[in-house]
Amino acid sequence: MTLIRHTLYMTLRHLRELWRQPWFVAVTLVQPVIWLLLFGALFKRVIEIPGFHSPSYIAFLAPGVVVMTAMFNAAWSGMSLIEDINRGVTARFLVSPVRREALIAGRILKEAVVVVIQSLIIVALALIVGASFPGGVGGVAVLFAVSALLGSTFGALSNGFALIMRQEEALIGATQFILLPLTFLSTTFLAANLIPKWMQHVADFNPVNWAVVAGRTATSAHPDWGLAASRAAFLAVLLLLCLAFATNAFRSYQRSV
Amino acid sequence: MERAIEADGLVKSYPKGVTALDGLSFAVNTGSVFALLGPNGAGKSTAVKVLTTLTTPDAGRGTVAGIDVTKQPDRVRRTIGVVAQGSGVDIQATGRENLRLQGQIYGFGSRAPRALEQRIQQLLERFGLADAADRIARGYSGGMQRRLDIAMALVHDPAVLFLDEPTTGLDPEVRADMWSEIAKLAGERGKTVLLTTHYLEEADQLAERVAIVDRGKVVAEGAPEELKRELRGDAIHVDLDREYNGGVTRALGQLEAVRDVTVDGKTLRARADDGGRAVPLVLQALESHGVGVSSVRVARPSLDDVYLKYTGRTFDAAEAEQDEANR
Repeated sequence: MTLIRHTLYMTLRHLRELWRQPWFVAVTLVQPVIWLLLFGALFKRVIEIPGFHSPSYIAFLAPGVVVMTAMFNAAWSGMSLIEDINRGVTARFLVSPVRREALIAGRILKEAVVVVIQSLIIVALALIVGASFPGGVGGVAVLFAVSALLGSTFGALSNGFALIMRQEEALIGATQFILLPLTFLSTTFLAANLIPKWMQHVADFNPVNWAVVAGRTATSAHPDWGLAASRAAFLAVLLLLCLAFATNAFRSYQRSV
Repeated sequence: MERAIEADGLVKSYPKGVTALDGLSFAVNTGSVFALLGPNGAGKSTAVKVLTTLTTPDAGRGTVAGIDVTKQPDRVRRTIGVVAQGSGVDIQATGRENLRLQGQIYGFGSRAPRALEQRIQQLLERFGLADAADRIARGYSGGMQRRLDIAMALVHDPAVLFLDEPTTGLDPEVRADMWSEIAKLAGERGKTVLLTTHYLEEADQLAERVAIVDRGKVVAEGAPEELKRELRGDAIHVDLDREYNGGVTRALGQLEAVRDVTVDGKTLRARADDGGRAVPLVLQALESHGVGVSSVRVARPSLDDVYLKYTGRTFDAAEAEQDEANR
């Protein structure tokens, strides 16, 4: 009970903080729109490649952009933790009875809220420009769920690394290093049968691809629920591992102070 | 008398071989104000971090209100309030929001939300923040942020309050305000305050007992007056109207009231058990030997003198040494 309450207090704190930076909110909301329209226009004709079984590239791309947006935002979650560390806010919390898990979970829950809002915008926009999601509301809900899972995973990782590195430059470097390769080593932009064999194998182990595959099949005309469930389960396990990592990283931080 | 805080042989070193605590021990009586005094880098803040459960010692034992800080950190955390060095204010939130979150963490949000709001309002008024309560703390002055820090540390009415360098970085005027706040806190029934400082006069003014910390150890402990009394005597400082060769020492040689007479150019220094009584005698003796005096001062022994006695270097030299090491 205490854990839930503390997590809620922290989530509200972070959402309020976000709300007070209107420019940041604006960028957060506009960015996925740009990705969807930009990549949608750039790769518009790939559906003409033989073997690309999709009637509209936007409809194919939208789940990918939803997932990508979730990761790209949540992966920066640790930055504000470093700010808290530098300002002494984290130390203040650590000498209070607040639950350590809540300090991580609060940030992640905030990222999850942002992910869902961004996802709603992307899907709405995709519908406006003519895409359709035959999987219906249920399928879209699954897409949101897996992208929230992925976003939370990266949020936890980012916070864990923030506690270990405690330096903004180092965290920026690590995050930059990881984001684009993970995006391109997946089926975000191209169907699996059109990317090189070795990449397909790598993609099988890429959590980004788990989320894309699960979200795409769930929103398709003939969802493969077994596939979606297995990938969602992988993501859930990974999230738990990353949460444990991040919570334990407080020890590393406390040794250093 | 019961001990509110006890540190027993605390040892802590950091990577790169820096020994912050090297067997630090002291004890604080319940309901008193105690100061850890030492230059930057002496280990005061590390001691506070150990005793407030922020970090763990490599060896030794710390207790707060009789609770072991490494074995039951959660119980300790409910007992203490902490004002850390620097600030812990969330500058993206208002003063009131900062206080509310702090209260919620201690469980007052769900147990007694209305009582919490009242308590917050009281604290805001007490610390002169009522007008700024709903402004974002980013716009607060250094003194306001510091007062908010202290208010936050008091939300749950802790029995033991830790103040780590509470006035460092504040303007002299704001520092004086802060001193009276701290003095008021000390007056509260049963509240124990542990304060760290590298301002000698701060420890002197506020604390009932002082422990002088040097290189991770306590080198002297006692009431400020006690420590100074051990130095035996006041310093007498006389400025002469011109240089006299030898005549001056001869003039004072017969006086029993003073000792350790030294003359350096136009400056005469001596020590006396009671400076106030010795001065007229000194002046009389000088006059009768035809020595002209332009000014005279009597200084009570300061904690700086105490520091010099126990560590073999002046406070300023120790600070400079530390700054050098940091570079």
